[in-house]
Amino acid sequence: MTEWEAVIGLEVHVQLATRSKIFSRAATTFGEYPNSNANAVDIALPGVLPVLNEEAVRMAIKFGLAIDAEIASSCRFDRKNYFYPDLPKGYQISQLDQPIVGRGTLPISFGDGSIREIGITRAHLEEDAGKSIHTAYDGLTGIDLNRAGTPLLEIVSEPELYSAAEAAAYFRELHGLVTTLEICDGNLNEGSMRCDANISIRPKGAVILGERTEIKNVNSFRFVERALNYEIDRQIAVLESGGKVVLETRLYDSERDETRSMRSKESSDDYRYFPDPDLLPVEIPDELIESVRVTMPELPTAKRNRYIHELGLTDYEAGRLIEDPLGARYFDAVAELSVDAKLAANWILGDVAAALNRDEISFVNVPIAPDQLGTLLNRIQDETITGKIAKSIFELLWTKGGSVDGIIESQGLRQLDNTRELEGVVSQIISDFPDQVGQFREGKEKILGFFVGQVMKATNGKANPKQVNEILRRELRA
Amino acid sequence: MNPYASVTQLRSGLDNGDFSADELAHFYLDRIDAAEDLNCFITVDAEGVLAAAKRADKAIADKRIGPLTGIPIAHKDIFCTRGLLTSCASRMLNNFVAPYDATVVDRLKRAGAITIGKTNMDEFAMGSSNETSFYGPVKNPWDRECVPGGSSGGSAAAVAAGLAAACTGSDTGGSIRQPASFCGVTGLKPTYGRVSRYGMIAFASSLDQGGPLARSASDAGTLLNAMEGYDPNDSTSAIADPTDIFSSSRALKIGIPSQYWNDLSPSLTKVLEEARRTLESLGHRAVPVELPHTNAATAVYYVIAGAEASTNLSRYDGIRYGHRAASPENLEDLYQFSRSEGFGSEVKRRILTGTYALSVGYYDAYYLKAQQIRRLIRQDFLDAFGEADIILTPVSPSTAFKREALIEDPISMYQQDIYTTPASLAGLPALSLPCGVSDQMPVGMQFIGPHFGESLLLTLGREYQSETDWHALHPADNHD
Repeated sequence: MTEWEAVIGLEVHVQLATRSKIFSRAATTFGEYPNSNANAVDIALPGVLPVLNEEAVRMAIKFGLAIDAEIASSCRFDRKNYFYPDLPKGYQISQLDQPIVGRGTLPISFGDGSIREIGITRAHLEEDAGKSIHTAYDGLTGIDLNRAGTPLLEIVSEPELYSAAEAAAYFRELHGLVTTLEICDGNLNEGSMRCDANISIRPKGAVILGERTEIKNVNSFRFVERALNYEIDRQIAVLESGGKVVLETRLYDSERDETRSMRSKESSDDYRYFPDPDLLPVEIPDELIESVRVTMPELPTAKRNRYIHELGLTDYEAGRLIEDPLGARYFDAVAELSVDAKLAANWILGDVAAALNRDEISFVNVPIAPDQLGTLLNRIQDETITGKIAKSIFELLWTKGGSVDGIIESQGLRQLDNTRELEGVVSQIISDFPDQVGQFREGKEKILGFFVGQVMKATNGKANPKQVNEILRRELRA
Repeated sequence: MNPYASVTQLRSGLDNGDFSADELAHFYLDRIDAAEDLNCFITVDAEGVLAAAKRADKAIADKRIGPLTGIPIAHKDIFCTRGLLTSCASRMLNNFVAPYDATVVDRLKRAGAITIGKTNMDEFAMGSSNETSFYGPVKNPWDRECVPGGSSGGSAAAVAAGLAAACTGSDTGGSIRQPASFCGVTGLKPTYGRVSRYGMIAFASSLDQGGPLARSASDAGTLLNAMEGYDPNDSTSAIADPTDIFSSSRALKIGIPSQYWNDLSPSLTKVLEEARRTLESLGHRAVPVELPHTNAATAVYYVIAGAEASTNLSRYDGIRYGHRAASPENLEDLYQFSRSEGFGSEVKRRILTGTYALSVGYYDAYYLKAQQIRRLIRQDFLDAFGEADIILTPVSPSTAFKREALIEDPISMYQQDIYTTPASLAGLPALSLPCGVSDQMPVGMQFIGPHFGESLLLTLGREYQSETDWHALHPADNHD
């Protein structure tokens, strides 16, 4: 039996989070009434001209810097000509052979903890098309041009991904990167990131690539993995039954979990690319690049290293935190308040994540400000409150708001660490439970927990657990 | 009232109260009616004109006077005018009422000009005779059997026949200069980038440039001053000093390129030589210059202009506006029938040749090669401007020819542009102005200047026109 290896390259279309479109002043907001975000330029009225949105250029540069790529000192836009009802000009403005971002690399950490640098061939700017709506009007097609002209950064990877899981990990990493850079809102279900996958298989160890197929428009991490797994199996089955893989475009049907042939590439279209004479070549001076460089946030790879090596988090904790750039930013803000980083990570990945999950919200609208969570954790550390009390304060903060110190004071939640007072409580409990005292003295050490519980109950959880332990041991042995 | 009065004369007539803007508007509207057989206009907006004239009279009374307040001008139908049909002389846009004003239209309005109507032209500005218009050919007021030139034929004929004080036009490969020459008026193609292209329906984006057609270099300068300037809506518009038509005159070296003069007919040579001597008599000196790649210009022009046009015209698909074929069965039919019906044969020819020039396997041999030669042509001019301040050439190999003489012979028609396409390809400003008559038809000459050298061209033109009267000739008013 031949052992097969998949070779995958992804083209990811990232919608840039500019306020207006790449060549017009219309807004890019999602979900508006059809065509309300389409102005004269977007609907391609006679006589209109495109004007490049500088913000889109800055965002592309930011991405280029993040993947350590060469930024073109000069690039240009080309027209890609084809007719389609939701392509108003009859051509798409794109970049053919002078992309703004050249070759770069993206380090990917895979599930097993290994890290590999994936080559990025190029990234170029282009405009999105509108949408054809086939369902709203009986027998007619509606055209919504709100999306037409939304800036896209098309990021093309090298064919250096060798399984569906690796491809999904790359897509996920890219998602983390563009959201950290704040150049994309990352809303996959609104189509903010769309992925085309080129895939071929070859006998493991072979150098020559097999014939590839392209799977169009897969828009979630899960579907990328499932579509590719299906396609790998399909191609293997074709080859093992003596057939040939045909160069073609395929569509993934997530409901049936299969890919289907869309069109053969044999009759490939001639897009008649040529430089768009309406737009001058874009000169990118060093000063512009430097002005973008100073706005660069800490990148996921650097963040991961810092979490592990400086803050002492585990691979797992670091990975989970940087998965969501807003979560990582929240963690950074909490950790900055000289809180024990490990404790902060535990709480954010535990209690905070659980509460977000429960209320179905995200870090965008987390109800507890980072400084309050930081204070809460600091009060645990300085033994003002117990961990148990902290959980109840957390719930209060989450649901009702308020300040940690205010709640501690107003509700008298300060940890009970007055030795004499605690001794009084302990001796009362010892006299209340003589049987259990006997068991302890016979060597059943485990019963100590029972006494701790009783003390906590009697003090409403406020007793300093360390002190309670000490006093209990001393008194029980007496 | 004198229908051939200059903008300057109309200005002082209005300001002195010799006549009102309302009277002037009525005067021109009546003349347009009487000259209907010339077919200069696609749209005349009588109601809008009279309303605008009333506002102009109020502004004059209030002493809020712009350089063109109350002056009736007409726009080539390639410029979008809000609320008015903007057809580009095509069936494709026979139903298109523009929802916005082109920058040129807007700026002229702000300068006070009144839009009297939209002038006829070759369809999508593709033609040198004004015979490709969906609305029928324009007649040359000097000889109604002859063409007025193209593509801004309606504008040139309207100025010549005294139907408007001045007109806008657009020039891609000669479309202002050649009709100006055929109709005996003064037309300027500005430097590429001086006048905003926003709202001027695109033919060939890297060549298109709007400009004025007027009675004199001085009037052309007045219009240009209102039209020119950087426009944030046009990425290819330039930041440049405004044109100064009164820039101090000095003794110029006038370049005479053998490539433009050698093959000229004896009758035109005679007229051009006379013009050259007049310029020399004004203290300027003729010097020989070489523009060796001139003979490739027309071929290069038709490859590049066609290539750009083929994609600029893709938006006319019958989906959002413009002509849509009745009851198409499917999308393919909708495209095919709408475009087959909507475009005329010359437009289709250019789309087809342009598409061919951009196709895989032909791109390098046609489009890329044409771009390389375009750079050589540009370099020829830059070299020549090392020797000369301006270059003097004919505008066209002939005077206005008879209608239907060339329309069935596209190659001969394209050869009409031999002297105008090089400056277009090089992005240079070029002024076409009357310099004589041959067989009772006007003959034009062309001044080509360095980039943004409009001040030089117009100042020299003004100087020449103060010494000669060719620009003041006008055709017999057949309804006087």
